[in-house]
Amino acid sequence: MKKPVLGLILGGVLGVFDGLSALISAPEVSPQIGQIVAGSTFKGLLAGALIGWVSRRVRTLGAGILWGGLIGLFFAALITLMQKLSGEPVYYWEIMLPGAIVGTIVGYATFRYQEGRQPAKA
Amino acid sequence: MLTHLEAVARDPDFEHPRYTLGPVIAGGGMGVVYRARDRLLDRDVAIKLVPAVGSDPVLGTRLEQEARILARLDHPGLVPVHDLGRLADGRAYYVMRLVEGERLDQNLAVTPSLPERLRLFLRILEPVAFAHAKGIVHRDLKPANIMVGPFGEVLVLDWGIAKLRGPAQDPPPTTGATGPGVTGAGAVLGTAGFMAPEQALGRSATVDERADVYALGAILRDLLRGHPSPPRPLLAIRDRAMAVAPESRYASVQALAAEVSRFLNGQVVEAYRESPLERVGRFLARHRIAVTLILAYLVMRLALLLLARR
Repeated sequence: MKKPVLGLILGGVLGVFDGLSALISAPEVSPQIGQIVAGSTFKGLLAGALIGWVSRRVRTLGAGILWGGLIGLFFAALITLMQKLSGEPVYYWEIMLPGAIVGTIVGYATFRYQEGRQPAKA
Repeated sequence: MLTHLEAVARDPDFEHPRYTLGPVIAGGGMGVVYRARDRLLDRDVAIKLVPAVGSDPVLGTRLEQEARILARLDHPGLVPVHDLGRLADGRAYYVMRLVEGERLDQNLAVTPSLPERLRLFLRILEPVAFAHAKGIVHRDLKPANIMVGPFGEVLVLDWGIAKLRGPAQDPPPTTGATGPGVTGAGAVLGTAGFMAPEQALGRSATVDERADVYALGAILRDLLRGHPSPPRPLLAIRDRAMAVAPESRYASVQALAAEVSRFLNGQVVEAYRESPLERVGRFLARHRIAVTLILAYLVMRLALLLLARR
Protein backbone atom coordinates (compact mmCIF):
# COMPACT_ATOMS: atom_id res chain seq x y z
CA MET A 1 0.00 0.00 0.00
CA LYS A 2 1.30 3.45 -0.84
CA LYS A 3 1.71 6.02 1.90
CA PRO A 4 -0.88 8.46 0.48
CA VAL A 5 -3.42 5.62 0.45
CA LEU A 6 -2.58 4.73 4.04
CA GLY A 7 -2.89 8.40 4.94
CA LEU A 8 -6.23 8.57 3.17
CA ILE A 9 -7.63 5.60 5.08
CA LEU A 10 -6.19 6.62 8.42
CA GLY A 11 -7.25 10.23 8.01
CA GLY A 12 -10.77 9.18 7.07
CA VAL A 13 -11.17 6.79 10.00
CA LEU A 14 -9.75 9.25 12.49
CA GLY A 15 -11.90 11.95 10.94
CA VAL A 16 -15.03 9.93 11.72
CA PHE A 17 -14.02 9.49 15.35
CA ASP A 18 -12.91 13.09 15.61
CA GLY A 19 -16.27 14.26 14.31
CA LEU A 20 -18.19 12.00 16.68
CA SER A 21 -16.14 13.26 19.63
CA ALA A 22 -17.84 16.63 19.15
CA LEU A 23 -20.86 15.05 20.83
CA ILE A 24 -18.82 14.97 24.02
CA SER A 25 -16.81 18.15 23.84
CA ALA A 26 -19.59 20.32 22.35
CA PRO A 27 -22.95 18.66 23.04
CA GLU A 28 -24.87 21.61 21.74
CA VAL A 29 -23.89 20.69 18.17
CA SER A 30 -25.56 17.27 18.34
CA PRO A 31 -28.36 18.27 15.91
CA GLN A 32 -25.68 18.84 13.25
CA ILE A 33 -23.61 15.78 14.09
CA GLY A 34 -24.19 14.18 10.68
CA GLN A 35 -22.85 17.26 8.97
CA ILE A 36 -19.98 17.48 11.39
CA VAL A 37 -18.92 13.87 10.90
CA ALA A 38 -19.20 14.17 7.11
CA GLY A 39 -17.10 17.31 7.13
CA SER A 40 -14.57 15.86 9.53
CA THR A 41 -14.27 12.69 7.47
CA PHE A 42 -13.83 14.58 4.22
CA LYS A 43 -11.22 16.80 5.85
CA GLY A 44 -9.49 13.72 7.23
CA LEU A 45 -9.40 12.06 3.80
CA LEU A 46 -7.87 15.10 2.12
CA ALA A 47 -5.42 15.88 4.90
CA GLY A 48 -4.46 12.20 5.28
CA ALA A 49 -3.70 11.75 1.58
CA LEU A 50 -1.59 14.90 1.53
CA ILE A 51 0.22 13.95 4.73
CA GLY A 52 0.97 10.52 3.26
CA TRP A 53 2.37 12.13 0.12
CA VAL A 54 4.56 14.48 2.16
CA SER A 55 5.80 11.66 4.40
CA ARG A 56 7.44 10.08 1.34
CA ARG A 57 9.57 13.14 0.97
CA VAL A 58 10.67 13.92 4.51
CA ARG A 59 13.74 12.24 5.97
CA THR A 60 13.10 12.28 9.70
CA LEU A 61 10.26 11.22 11.96
CA GLY A 62 10.18 14.64 13.56
CA ALA A 63 9.67 16.29 10.18
CA GLY A 64 6.92 13.79 9.35
CA ILE A 65 5.09 14.55 12.59
CA LEU A 66 5.57 18.28 12.20
CA TRP A 67 4.28 18.36 8.62
CA GLY A 68 1.36 16.17 9.63
CA GLY A 69 0.44 18.60 12.39
CA LEU A 70 0.74 21.62 10.11
CA ILE A 71 -1.35 20.06 7.33
CA GLY A 72 -3.95 18.93 9.85
CA LEU A 73 -4.00 22.41 11.34
CA PHE A 74 -4.35 23.97 7.89
CA PHE A 75 -7.38 21.92 6.91
CA ALA A 76 -8.95 22.46 10.32
CA ALA A 77 -8.42 26.19 9.88
CA LEU A 78 -10.23 25.98 6.53
CA ILE A 79 -13.21 24.44 8.30
CA THR A 80 -13.32 27.23 10.87
CA LEU A 81 -13.04 29.78 8.06
CA MET A 82 -15.97 28.19 6.28
CA GLN A 83 -17.96 28.32 9.50
CA LYS A 84 -17.16 31.97 9.96
CA LEU A 85 -18.05 32.85 6.38
CA SER A 86 -21.35 31.05 6.68
CA GLY A 87 -22.21 32.91 9.87
CA GLU A 88 -22.28 29.79 12.02
CA PRO A 89 -20.79 29.72 15.50
CA VAL A 90 -17.08 28.98 15.19
CA TYR A 91 -15.45 26.41 17.43
CA TYR A 92 -11.82 27.31 16.92
CA TRP A 93 -10.23 25.24 19.68
CA GLU A 94 -12.60 22.31 19.24
CA ILE A 95 -11.74 22.05 15.57
CA MET A 96 -8.17 23.24 15.11
CA LEU A 97 -6.54 21.59 18.09
CA PRO A 98 -7.90 18.08 17.41
CA GLY A 99 -7.25 18.57 13.71
CA ALA A 100 -3.61 19.35 14.36
CA ILE A 101 -3.10 16.41 16.70
CA VAL A 102 -4.84 13.98 14.37
CA GLY A 103 -2.53 15.30 11.68
CA THR A 104 0.51 14.48 13.82
CA ILE A 105 -0.81 10.95 14.38
CA VAL A 106 -1.29 10.41 10.64
CA GLY A 107 2.12 11.95 9.99
CA TYR A 108 3.73 9.56 12.46
CA ALA A 109 1.95 6.50 11.10
CA THR A 110 2.63 7.23 7.43
CA PHE A 111 6.29 8.03 8.05
CA ARG A 112 6.85 4.81 9.97
CA TYR A 113 5.00 2.72 7.42
CA GLN A 114 7.26 0.79 5.03
CA GLU A 115 5.84 0.69 1.55
CA GLY A 116 6.03 -2.78 0.00
CA ARG A 117 8.41 -3.30 -2.94
CA GLN A 118 6.99 -3.97 -6.36
CA PRO A 119 7.81 -7.44 -7.70
CA ALA A 120 10.36 -7.44 -10.49
CA LYS A 121 8.88 -7.65 -13.93
CA ALA A 122 10.18 -10.34 -16.28
CA MET B 1 76.07 -7.01 28.02
CA LEU B 2 73.52 -9.47 29.44
CA THR B 3 70.66 -7.27 28.26
CA HIS B 4 72.17 -7.20 24.77
CA LEU B 5 72.53 -10.99 24.72
CA GLU B 6 68.95 -11.39 25.89
CA ALA B 7 67.78 -9.04 23.15
CA VAL B 8 69.74 -10.96 20.52
CA ALA B 9 68.30 -14.23 21.80
CA ARG B 10 64.79 -12.80 21.95
CA ASP B 11 64.64 -10.98 18.64
CA PRO B 12 64.46 -13.31 15.71
CA ASP B 13 66.93 -13.39 12.92
CA PHE B 14 64.44 -12.24 10.38
CA GLU B 15 66.31 -11.56 7.20
CA HIS B 16 63.64 -11.80 4.58
CA PRO B 17 63.66 -10.60 0.97
CA ARG B 18 60.21 -9.09 1.36
CA TYR B 19 59.54 -8.16 4.99
CA THR B 20 61.32 -5.87 7.44
CA LEU B 21 60.54 -6.59 11.08
CA GLY B 22 59.49 -3.77 13.37
CA PRO B 23 58.57 -3.49 17.04
CA VAL B 24 56.58 -6.04 19.03
CA ILE B 25 52.83 -5.39 19.00
CA ALA B 26 51.63 -8.24 21.19
CA GLY B 27 53.14 -11.24 22.82
CA GLY B 28 52.14 -14.46 24.43
CA GLY B 29 53.20 -18.01 24.90
CA MET B 30 51.71 -19.08 21.59
CA GLY B 31 53.52 -16.49 19.51
CA VAL B 32 54.80 -12.94 19.25
CA VAL B 33 53.27 -10.43 16.88
CA TYR B 34 55.50 -7.84 15.25
CA ARG B 35 54.70 -4.82 13.18
CA ALA B 36 56.50 -5.18 9.87
CA ARG B 37 56.90 -3.65 6.45
CA ASP B 38 56.02 -5.46 3.26
CA ARG B 39 58.59 -3.93 0.91
CA LEU B 40 57.05 -5.54 -2.18
CA LEU B 41 53.60 -4.06 -1.74
CA ASP B 42 54.82 -1.05 0.25
CA ARG B 43 52.46 -1.51 3.17
CA ASP B 44 52.53 -2.21 6.88
CA VAL B 45 51.66 -5.73 7.97
CA ALA B 46 51.78 -7.83 11.11
CA ILE B 47 53.91 -10.93 11.46
CA LYS B 48 53.26 -13.58 14.06
CA LEU B 49 56.00 -16.04 14.82
CA VAL B 50 56.95 -18.59 17.36
CA PRO B 51 58.83 -17.16 20.38
CA ALA B 52 62.56 -17.26 19.91
CA VAL B 53 63.83 -18.87 23.05
CA GLY B 54 62.90 -22.27 24.46
CA SER B 55 59.82 -22.63 22.32
CA ASP B 56 58.03 -25.94 22.03
CA PRO B 57 58.22 -27.31 18.48
CA VAL B 58 54.48 -28.05 18.63
CA LEU B 59 53.88 -24.29 18.68
CA GLY B 60 55.11 -24.14 15.11
CA THR B 61 52.51 -26.69 14.08
CA ARG B 62 49.82 -24.72 15.89
CA LEU B 63 50.91 -21.47 14.28
CA GLU B 64 50.70 -23.03 10.84
CA GLN B 65 47.29 -24.47 11.62
CA GLU B 66 46.15 -21.06 12.83
CA ALA B 67 47.29 -19.47 9.59
CA ARG B 68 45.54 -22.13 7.50
CA ILE B 69 42.33 -21.69 9.48
CA LEU B 70 42.41 -17.94 9.03
CA ALA B 71 43.14 -18.36 5.35
CA ARG B 72 39.88 -20.27 4.97
CA LEU B 73 37.89 -17.44 6.52
CA ASP B 74 37.24 -14.49 4.26
CA HIS B 75 35.17 -12.09 6.37
CA PRO B 76 35.48 -8.38 7.27
CA GLY B 77 35.63 -9.34 10.93
CA LEU B 78 38.57 -11.70 10.49
CA VAL B 79 42.16 -10.78 9.80
CA PRO B 80 43.29 -11.92 6.35
CA VAL B 81 46.47 -13.96 6.08
CA HIS B 82 48.93 -12.89 3.39
CA ASP B 83 51.75 -15.36 3.76
CA LEU B 84 53.08 -18.35 5.71
CA GLY B 85 56.60 -19.62 6.03
CA ARG B 86 59.54 -20.80 8.10
CA LEU B 87 62.63 -18.88 9.16
CA ALA B 88 66.14 -20.17 8.57
CA ASP B 89 66.12 -21.64 12.08
CA GLY B 90 62.88 -23.51 11.35
CA ARG B 91 60.53 -21.31 13.36
CA ALA B 92 57.15 -20.79 11.76
CA TYR B 93 55.70 -17.39 10.97
CA TYR B 94 52.74 -15.98 9.13
CA VAL B 95 51.98 -12.56 7.74
CA MET B 96 48.60 -10.90 8.23
CA ARG B 97 46.91 -7.55 7.94
CA LEU B 98 48.03 -5.00 10.50
CA VAL B 99 45.10 -4.27 12.80
CA GLU B 100 44.73 -0.75 14.17
CA GLY B 101 42.44 -0.17 17.11
CA GLU B 102 41.98 -1.08 20.74
CA ARG B 103 41.02 -4.21 22.58
CA LEU B 104 37.40 -4.67 23.53
CA ASP B 105 38.05 -4.29 27.25
CA GLN B 106 39.75 -0.95 26.58
CA ASN B 107 36.98 0.14 24.22
CA LEU B 108 34.27 -0.60 26.79
CA ALA B 109 35.72 2.00 29.07
CA VAL B 110 34.73 4.67 26.54
CA THR B 111 31.44 3.09 25.46
CA PRO B 112 29.09 3.67 28.37
CA SER B 113 25.80 3.42 26.46
CA LEU B 114 24.19 -0.01 26.79
CA PRO B 115 22.59 0.00 23.30
CA GLU B 116 25.98 0.87 21.78
CA ARG B 117 27.60 -1.97 23.68
CA LEU B 118 24.95 -4.36 22.48
CA ARG B 119 25.35 -3.26 18.85
CA LEU B 120 29.10 -3.79 19.27
CA PHE B 121 28.35 -7.22 20.68
CA LEU B 122 26.25 -8.06 17.61
CA ARG B 123 29.18 -7.12 15.39
CA ILE B 124 31.35 -9.55 17.36
CA LEU B 125 28.89 -12.35 16.71
CA GLU B 126 29.04 -12.00 12.92
CA PRO B 127 32.56 -13.29 12.24
CA VAL B 128 32.15 -16.02 14.85
CA ALA B 129 28.94 -17.22 13.18
CA PHE B 130 30.74 -17.11 9.84
CA ALA B 131 33.56 -19.26 11.19
CA HIS B 132 31.06 -21.75 12.60
CA ALA B 133 29.43 -22.00 9.19
CA LYS B 134 32.87 -22.96 7.85
CA GLY B 135 33.22 -25.63 10.52
CA ILE B 136 35.64 -23.73 12.77
CA VAL B 137 35.27 -23.15 16.52
CA HIS B 138 37.43 -20.44 18.09
CA ARG B 139 37.62 -21.82 21.65
CA ASP B 140 39.37 -18.77 23.10
CA LEU B 141 36.92 -15.91 22.70
CA LYS B 142 37.52 -13.15 25.24
CA PRO B 143 37.70 -9.33 25.25
CA ALA B 144 41.50 -9.42 24.84
CA ASN B 145 41.08 -11.29 21.53
CA ILE B 146 38.65 -8.79 20.06
CA MET B 147 39.80 -5.56 18.49
CA VAL B 148 37.62 -2.55 17.84
CA GLY B 149 38.84 -0.39 14.98
CA PRO B 150 38.71 3.40 14.74
CA PHE B 151 35.45 3.24 12.76
CA GLY B 152 33.77 0.77 15.08
CA GLU B 153 34.70 -2.26 13.00
CA VAL B 154 35.25 -5.44 14.98
CA LEU B 155 37.97 -8.03 14.41
CA VAL B 156 38.20 -11.37 16.15
CA LEU B 157 41.82 -12.33 16.67
CA ASP B 158 43.99 -15.17 17.89
CA TRP B 159 42.68 -18.36 16.37
CA GLY B 160 45.62 -20.24 17.81
CA ILE B 161 43.56 -22.93 19.48
CA ALA B 162 40.69 -22.95 16.99
CA LYS B 163 39.27 -26.30 16.16
CA LEU B 164 38.12 -27.67 12.84
CA ARG B 165 34.93 -29.61 13.20
CA GLY B 166 35.63 -33.30 12.92
CA PRO B 167 37.64 -35.95 14.76
CA ALA B 168 41.27 -35.61 15.72
CA GLN B 169 41.61 -31.98 14.63
CA ASP B 170 43.61 -30.78 17.65
CA PRO B 171 47.37 -30.43 17.35
CA PRO B 172 49.26 -32.29 20.06
CA PRO B 173 49.31 -30.54 23.44
CA THR B 174 52.38 -28.58 24.44
CA THR B 175 54.89 -30.14 26.76
CA GLY B 176 55.47 -27.00 28.83
CA ALA B 177 53.40 -24.16 30.26
CA THR B 178 53.93 -21.80 27.37
CA GLY B 179 50.85 -19.65 27.39
CA PRO B 180 47.75 -18.54 29.23
CA GLY B 181 45.06 -21.15 29.62
CA VAL B 182 47.22 -24.00 28.33
CA THR B 183 47.99 -26.64 30.90
CA GLY B 184 51.21 -28.48 30.89
CA ALA B 185 50.23 -31.96 29.91
CA GLY B 186 46.46 -32.01 29.24
CA ALA B 187 44.13 -30.89 26.51
CA VAL B 188 42.52 -28.00 28.38
CA LEU B 189 42.55 -25.19 25.86
CA GLY B 190 41.07 -21.80 26.63
CA THR B 191 41.00 -19.02 29.20
CA ALA B 192 39.51 -19.27 32.66
CA GLY B 193 36.36 -17.20 33.02
CA PHE B 194 35.47 -17.61 29.36
CA MET B 195 36.01 -21.32 28.90
CA ALA B 196 32.94 -23.52 28.68
CA PRO B 197 32.70 -26.21 31.39
CA GLU B 198 33.23 -28.99 28.88
CA GLN B 199 36.41 -27.26 27.75
CA ALA B 200 37.63 -26.91 31.33
CA LEU B 201 37.11 -30.63 31.83
CA GLY B 202 39.41 -31.36 28.91
CA ARG B 203 36.68 -32.89 26.76
CA SER B 204 38.15 -31.48 23.64
CA ALA B 205 36.46 -33.96 21.35
CA THR B 206 32.96 -32.89 22.47
CA VAL B 207 33.61 -29.16 22.24
CA ASP B 208 31.53 -27.57 19.50
CA GLU B 209 30.07 -24.17 18.55
CA ARG B 210 28.22 -23.99 21.86
CA ALA B 211 31.54 -23.54 23.63
CA ASP B 212 31.90 -20.29 21.70
CA VAL B 213 28.31 -19.41 22.66
CA TYR B 214 29.38 -19.81 26.29
CA ALA B 215 32.37 -17.54 25.78
CA LEU B 216 30.19 -14.96 24.04
CA GLY B 217 27.83 -15.11 27.00
CA ALA B 218 30.82 -14.37 29.23
CA ILE B 219 31.69 -11.41 27.01
CA LEU B 220 28.10 -10.21 27.34
CA ARG B 221 28.51 -10.56 31.11
CA ASP B 222 31.51 -8.22 30.89
CA LEU B 223 29.54 -5.79 28.70
CA LEU B 224 26.83 -5.61 31.35
CA ARG B 225 29.30 -5.15 34.17
CA GLY B 226 29.25 -1.62 35.50
CA HIS B 227 25.70 -1.00 34.34
CA PRO B 228 23.70 0.06 37.42
CA SER B 229 20.68 -2.13 36.68
CA PRO B 230 21.00 -4.39 33.64
CA PRO B 231 17.61 -5.22 32.14
CA ARG B 232 16.31 -8.62 33.20
CA PRO B 233 15.86 -9.91 29.65
CA LEU B 234 19.56 -9.28 29.01
CA LEU B 235 20.51 -11.09 32.19
CA ALA B 236 18.36 -13.99 31.04
CA ILE B 237 20.11 -14.03 27.66
CA ARG B 238 23.48 -14.02 29.42
CA ASP B 239 22.43 -16.84 31.74
CA ARG B 240 21.14 -18.97 28.92
CA ALA B 241 24.28 -18.47 26.84
CA MET B 242 26.38 -19.42 29.87
CA ALA B 243 24.36 -22.47 30.86
CA VAL B 244 26.50 -25.28 32.22
CA ALA B 245 24.99 -27.89 29.93
CA PRO B 246 25.65 -27.21 26.24
CA GLU B 247 22.17 -28.39 25.32
CA SER B 248 20.67 -25.68 27.55
CA ARG B 249 22.49 -22.90 25.73
CA TYR B 250 21.58 -21.23 22.46
CA ALA B 251 22.21 -23.81 19.77
CA SER B 252 24.07 -21.34 17.61
CA VAL B 253 25.58 -17.88 17.56
CA GLN B 254 22.81 -16.82 15.15
CA ALA B 255 20.22 -17.73 17.79
CA LEU B 256 22.09 -15.63 20.34
CA ALA B 257 22.31 -12.75 17.86
CA ALA B 258 18.59 -12.98 17.13
CA GLU B 259 17.80 -12.75 20.83
CA VAL B 260 19.95 -9.68 21.36
CA SER B 261 18.45 -8.08 18.23
CA ARG B 262 14.97 -8.73 19.55
CA PHE B 263 15.88 -7.05 22.81
CA LEU B 264 17.27 -4.01 20.99
CA ASN B 265 14.09 -3.79 18.89
CA GLY B 266 11.84 -3.91 21.95
CA GLN B 267 10.51 -7.34 21.05
CA VAL B 268 9.89 -10.40 23.17
CA VAL B 269 13.04 -12.22 24.30
CA GLU B 270 12.63 -15.99 24.32
CA ALA B 271 14.94 -16.52 27.29
CA TYR B 272 12.86 -14.30 29.54
CA ARG B 273 9.25 -14.75 30.63
CA GLU B 274 7.90 -11.29 31.21
CA SER B 275 5.01 -10.37 33.45
CA PRO B 276 1.86 -8.74 31.97
CA LEU B 277 2.99 -5.42 33.41
CA GLU B 278 6.40 -5.76 31.77
CA ARG B 279 4.71 -6.64 28.48
CA VAL B 280 2.61 -3.48 28.64
CA GLY B 281 5.67 -1.46 29.57
CA ARG B 282 7.62 -2.88 26.63
CA PHE B 283 4.73 -2.11 24.25
CA LEU B 284 4.52 1.44 25.52
CA ALA B 285 8.27 1.91 25.29
CA ARG B 286 8.37 0.54 21.75
CA HIS B 287 5.52 2.74 20.57
CA ARG B 288 6.13 5.67 22.85
CA ILE B 289 5.72 8.32 20.18
CA ALA B 290 2.37 6.99 18.97
CA VAL B 291 1.21 6.52 22.56
CA THR B 292 2.26 10.08 23.39
CA LEU B 293 0.35 11.48 20.42
CA ILE B 294 -2.80 9.52 21.22
CA LEU B 295 -2.61 10.51 24.87
CA ALA B 296 -2.16 14.13 23.82
CA TYR B 297 -5.31 13.84 21.70
CA LEU B 298 -7.30 12.32 24.57
CA VAL B 299 -6.04 14.91 27.06
CA MET B 300 -6.92 17.65 24.63
CA ARG B 301 -10.43 16.26 24.17
CA LEU B 302 -10.87 16.02 27.93
CA ALA B 303 -9.65 19.58 28.38
CA LEU B 304 -12.10 20.83 25.75
CA LEU B 305 -14.91 18.91 27.45
CA LEU B 306 -14.10 20.46 30.80
CA LEU B 307 -13.90 23.92 29.27
CA ALA B 308 -17.24 23.45 27.54
CA ARG B 309 -18.93 22.43 30.78
CA ARG B 310 -17.78 25.46 32.75
